[in-house]
Amino acid sequence: MSLSSLLFYVSAAVAITTAIMAVTRKNASHALIYLVVTLLSIAVIFFLLGAPFAAALEIVIYAGAIVVLFLFVVMMLNLGRSSVARESQWLRPGMWVLPAILSGVLFIVFGYTVLQTENSATIQGHVVPPKAVGITLFHKYLLGVELAGVLLLAALVGAFHLGRRYLEERRED
Amino acid sequence: MTTAISIPLEHVFFLAIILFLIGAFGVLVRRNIIFMLLSLEIMMNACGLAFVAAGARWAEPDGQIMFMFILALAAAEVAVALGLVVQLARRFETLDIDRAEELNG
Repeated sequence: MSLSSLLFYVSAAVAITTAIMAVTRKNASHALIYLVVTLLSIAVIFFLLGAPFAAALEIVIYAGAIVVLFLFVVMMLNLGRSSVARESQWLRPGMWVLPAILSGVLFIVFGYTVLQTENSATIQGHVVPPKAVGITLFHKYLLGVELAGVLLLAALVGAFHLGRRYLEERRED
Repeated sequence: MTTAISIPLEHVFFLAIILFLIGAFGVLVRRNIIFMLLSLEIMMNACGLAFVAAGARWAEPDGQIMFMFILALAAAEVAVALGLVVQLARRFETLDIDRAEELNG
């Protein structure tokens, strides 16, 4: 096994471990830091698979922008010790049993489907450079780019509307 | 140019499945809306990983482009959802998703 393949399995183990940690933490800021580690190890996997542009986007937009947005909200809402205590109250023991069973059943179904596929293949890590991605994006998927632009505009308008204070003032009338 | 990697496609798919299920587990278990959104991010990342792996298998850029669309979707979703979180915190002074079960404006 080459060093790159070994690195893939190490990053996969780190991603799974930190994802579990992120989902089960009680303190929101700790969970977000674990999420950053998950995203960075997925970015390493993207690099190894030969997708350097996707890896850069993963770091810049996911770990850089989206998680920082989460952190802003967590700091704005000022979640302190009391919220950690409330989390432990919400996460009663035994609550996780049914979701865990459901996830296990889904894992069996998904895993069976993946193993059923006949054309088993090996990823050789041919690098697809950003140039090829850009050419395909602005030729074949131009309509998709336009639609993504409209979606982001709608999100901007929606976030602006939801963030305003007059919604709660109207409620008090 | 290659990255000297040689792993079966199924292994990457299994990683994507496991990450997706961790995210789904988080959405089902947590009551705090911030943790539910965080779990959703993990789920979307798993989908993107599956797309990039499939693109890498045939050395085509389409997988990376689908990942970029997922990224745009995630950014839009997070912007609106965090606006909703702020409204929820202002009105009910809690992040408990069960408090927002009534559909009145």
